[in-house]
This record gives sequence, structure tokens and C-alpha cells, in this order.
Amino acid sequence: MSEHIDPAAAPVTSRATSDPAGTLTAGAAGALDVSVGRVRREQLHQLVRSKAFIVGSVILLWWIVCAIFGASFAPYNATTANILNTQLAPSAAHWFGTNDVGEDVLSRVIVGARDILEIAPLATLLGTVLGTTIGLAQGYLRGAFDMLVGRIVDAALSLPIVIVAFLFVVAVGASTITLIVVIGFVFSLIIARTVRTAVLQERELDYLAAARLRDESVPHVMFVEILPNVLGPILVEFTVRLGYAIFTIATLSFLGFGVQLPTPDWGADIAINSNYLAAGYWWETLFPALAIASLVIAINLIGDSIEAVLIQ
Amino acid sequence: MPLYVLKRVGLALVTLVLLSLIIFFAGQVLPGNAGRAILGPFASQQAVIALDHKLGVDRPLIVQYWSWATGILRGNLGMSYQQQAPVSSFIFPYIGRSLKLAAFAFVIVVPLSILGGIIAALNRGRAVDRILSTTSLSLSTVPEFVSGVVLIVVFALGFKVLPVSANAPPGSSFITQLKYLILPAIPLVFILFGYIARMARAGTIEALDSDYVRTATLKGLPRWVVIRRHVLRNSLLPTITVIATQTGYLIGGLVVVEKLFVYPGIGTLIINAANDKDFPTLEAGVLFIGMVYLAATLIADVIYTVLNPRIRLGKAE
Repeated sequence: MSEHIDPAAAPVTSRATSDPAGTLTAGAAGALDVSVGRVRREQLHQLVRSKAFIVGSVILLWWIVCAIFGASFAPYNATTANILNTQLAPSAAHWFGTNDVGEDVLSRVIVGARDILEIAPLATLLGTVLGTTIGLAQGYLRGAFDMLVGRIVDAALSLPIVIVAFLFVVAVGASTITLIVVIGFVFSLIIARTVRTAVLQERELDYLAAARLRDESVPHVMFVEILPNVLGPILVEFTVRLGYAIFTIATLSFLGFGVQLPTPDWGADIAINSNYLAAGYWWETLFPALAIASLVIAINLIGDSIEAVLIQ
Repeated sequence: MPLYVLKRVGLALVTLVLLSLIIFFAGQVLPGNAGRAILGPFASQQAVIALDHKLGVDRPLIVQYWSWATGILRGNLGMSYQQQAPVSSFIFPYIGRSLKLAAFAFVIVVPLSILGGIIAALNRGRAVDRILSTTSLSLSTVPEFVSGVVLIVVFALGFKVLPVSANAPPGSSFITQLKYLILPAIPLVFILFGYIARMARAGTIEALDSDYVRTATLKGLPRWVVIRRHVLRNSLLPTITVIATQTGYLIGGLVVVEKLFVYPGIGTLIINAANDKDFPTLEAGVLFIGMVYLAATLIADVIYTVLNPRIRLGKAE
């Protein structure tokens, strides 16, 4: 990706018309950087002023603190069973009550933030990198490759994401790595679709014609020329997907194919404890559920405000 | 137009073949040795080889896919490892129960969300619009089992107005059965409401901003006549597409809701099959969900074409 314009190869005409001062890429990239930098600062100010963004960030920050330091400030050890204190209703000693084996529900909710906040961003990142690469290649190369990948994407997306992920997790067995790879891979298909559309809009612009005339290599055009111009949609897609990643991971855990017990996990805890709902033990199910809801809503608030600022 | 529909059907069939390949790959190739998976780590190697041969999984993959795929076309969904019976002999009652729950959710959500979208659009920018849009969007991002838990705690345990489980006692009347399906249906409604309402809102706003609506208003038609005759006819067209695509997701959401409410539908069947490593049953269930989704999108496209005079009367492409 380090190729820069070869003066001999660069056609004189394109240089003369679009860039008399020479060094086309450097000049164009410099100008772009300045404008992008200015817009970013304004957008950042706008973002910080948005109420939805602040509320979302505060909630997310709380869960991140829980994920990292949770074990040290949780009132009890999250995995210490106590057969004398099972199914206790919320009280001063156990704010969120205890579950069927006497574990403290509040502690499990706090520590349970860890796995989901570890897997979701990694899976989303993997999906974004992979999806961006596929989408760039599809949009720029077109032809048979685009057709083939497009069909596969359509086929995989003709199932609900949760089901696709479920199918593959069941096939290869549940583990943290499996979850990251499977969700990342499934999401990459969706992200590829978005990136492809954005690339198609860029495709006819002059700077790409110029790059083609300069005989730039395909990876250079894809990653150095096009990528910076489609970063906006990719960023929005990332936040949207992060929300869905949490949705998907929580759901897989609930179905029994996510994070495995006894590791505290919201989805898995709900699956186990919901068996006791009919008996009236609501706290051990309700509080993990509220935790998932707050995290998903927080991420969507952040995503929505980023989208509102970026797309104007 | 017939050419367009034909092309669309062809495309759906290609997608279906690809989908079956994906499912086959995930269900038959990835899990590794089927015999070992069923018999466990302590079975003798001879027993595993014998079972592999009996199941036919020792044949080349192409042969396996071909016999699986052609079997499905003939109505043979494979032999369930767990039940020791053809999948087709027990899968249909499960599908039926799932369709009942899905249909119930569908009947609730479609009119409700279209109405919500239109109300939001007519009050664009006001408090009603903001509340409707924000709530519906938040609700559609929360997993079904999370909203389901909250609903159970509030309405079944708190107010005690609805049952905790989805299973009505055998022999109960249609109305009683519906009462048991209300709580399971609402999480599905939550997920779909946001998408459909957003689409209905966007379509209505686009129609409200159009020249023909301005003309209709300026020539003195009463507001509700303008809305009914000019706005709705145009605004609901894109909404139909969204409704159909969401049908597929509705079937997917069933998996989660059925587990929470212990409802014996296709979702419960799939989860149990996954737990038992009963891949033929799992594949059949997932393929069914995919087919429902493909059929729904296909129907949506065709309806859209038939209803939209701009496509119907214009040249294809």
C-alpha cells in the first residue's frame, strides 16, 4: 500500500487538468485531511451537546466500569453459592436478592457485564474490517466477484442473523472465540452490503478516474483512495452493529449457546432463572433483563446521535 | 411484468439453493463426525464407523448433499437422530403452533404500527412524533426475551391478569387459547412495531410533501379526504415491502419467545435438536425458516409490482 505516483507512469493530461502543481495524491489527501479535521471537531462539539449521546455514554461507561473493575466492588463473590440463602427476595443485605443456588444477583449483574462487553466490540470490529474489505472489493471490482458474493450475502441474510449465528455456533461448539468469529463473519456480510453501496456512489467520481489513469494498484485505490471517503457510513454501521452484536450475544446466551455457566452472564442467567418465574421468584430474572435492556438502549442512543451528526 | 416476476422467482430459487448449501455446510460438515457426536467419547471406534455408515455420513460430501437436497424435494426431510423417526413425521404440528403464534402477533402489529407511523407523520416534529419514534425504536432494539421477562413480571406476576406460560390447557376454547398467546406475542410486536411504523411514517411524510397533496389541499378537499385518497395510497406501498421482510424475522424471533414461554413450536424444536446434536431436525427447521422468509420477500416484491402502477405499466427495468 506504499505505492505513490510514479512520475513516469502518471499520464500528463490528467495531471495538467486536475493537478498542475504535481503530486496529485499528496495534495488531494492534504486538502481532504484539513477539511475532514475541521468538520470532525465541529461534529464532536455537536455530539457532546446531544442529550441522547450523554445519557447513552453514561450508561455505557457504567457497564464498562463494571466489566473491568466489577469483581472488586461487587458486594459478594458472584460465583459463591450459598445453599442456606437460596431464592431470597431483594433486601438490604442482597439488593437484587439471591438466585436458586444462593448467589448474589446484584454481584452477578455487575460482573456479568464483562463477557458481553468483551465479545461484542471484538466481533463488531472483526465484522467491520472484514466487511469493509469485502464491500470495497465488491464495489470497486464489480463483475463476477461482486455477483457471486452478492448472492451468498443474500442467501445468508435470508435467515434471521440470530439463526445463522446459532446454526454455526451449534455446529462448531460455543466458546468466546467461536462467538467472536461467527458473529463477526455474519456481520461482515451486512457491512459489506452497506460499504458496497457507498463505494458504488464514489466509483464514478473524478479522483478515482485519476487514480486509474495513474495506474495505481487495486489495493491502493481501495484502501488509500476510496476508504477515507466512505468512513462515515462505516462508522455509523459500526455503532449500529455493536447494538445488534449485544442483542445477538445475549440471545445466543439465553438459548444456551453463548457464554457458558458458571461464568456470570445476563442471557444465560435469564435462561436458568426464568424457570422459577412461575413460582414468583422474579428478581433473579428481571434484573439481568433490565441490564441487557439498558446496555442495548444506551448503545442505540449513542449510535443514533452519531448518525444524526454525521449524516446532515 | 410477467418477465419480472419470473426473473424474481428464478433469483429466489438460486438463493434457496445457496441457503441449503450454507445449512448443509453448517449442519453436516462443521460438526465433524456425526457418529462420534451421537455416541459420545467413550463409544468404540467400530460402533462409530458402523453408525456413520448407517447414517450415510461416510459418503463423499457431494453425494450426501445431493441425497439430502433431492430428498427434501420429495418430501423426505431426513431421519431424526434423536427420535429415530422421519423428521417429516413430527415437524408439522410444531410448525403449525409457531404459525399460530406468528399470525396472532402479525394481526396485532400490522394495523397498530401503520396507525402509529401515520399518527407520527401527521404530527411531525411534535411531542407525539418524538415519543412514538423514540419508544418504538428503543423497543425494537431490546431482545425479545428481555421484554418478555419484563412483561411476565408486570402482567403475569404483578397484576396477575395473564398466564405465565403460553400453553392453554388442552381442549380450551379459541378465546382462552388467544389469551395464553397475548404475552408471547407482545415481544414480537415490539420488535416489528418500530420497523413498520418507521417505514409508514417516512412514506406518509414523503407523500405529505408531494405536489399532488398540495394540489389536493389547495383545491379545497377536506383534510381527511386528502389523507385517505392521496396520502395513504402512496405512503403504504413501501410499508408493504417492510412488512413482508419482517415476517421472516418474526419467525426467527419465535425461537427466543418460544423458549421463554415454553411453547412447543418450531423454535423449541430447533433448540432441542441443537442440544441433542440432532442435525437433520435442526437443518429441516432452519431451512423452513429460510423458506418462509424467501417466500415472504418474493410475495412482497410481486405485490409491490402489482400495486404500483409506475412499475406495472412502465417498462420492466
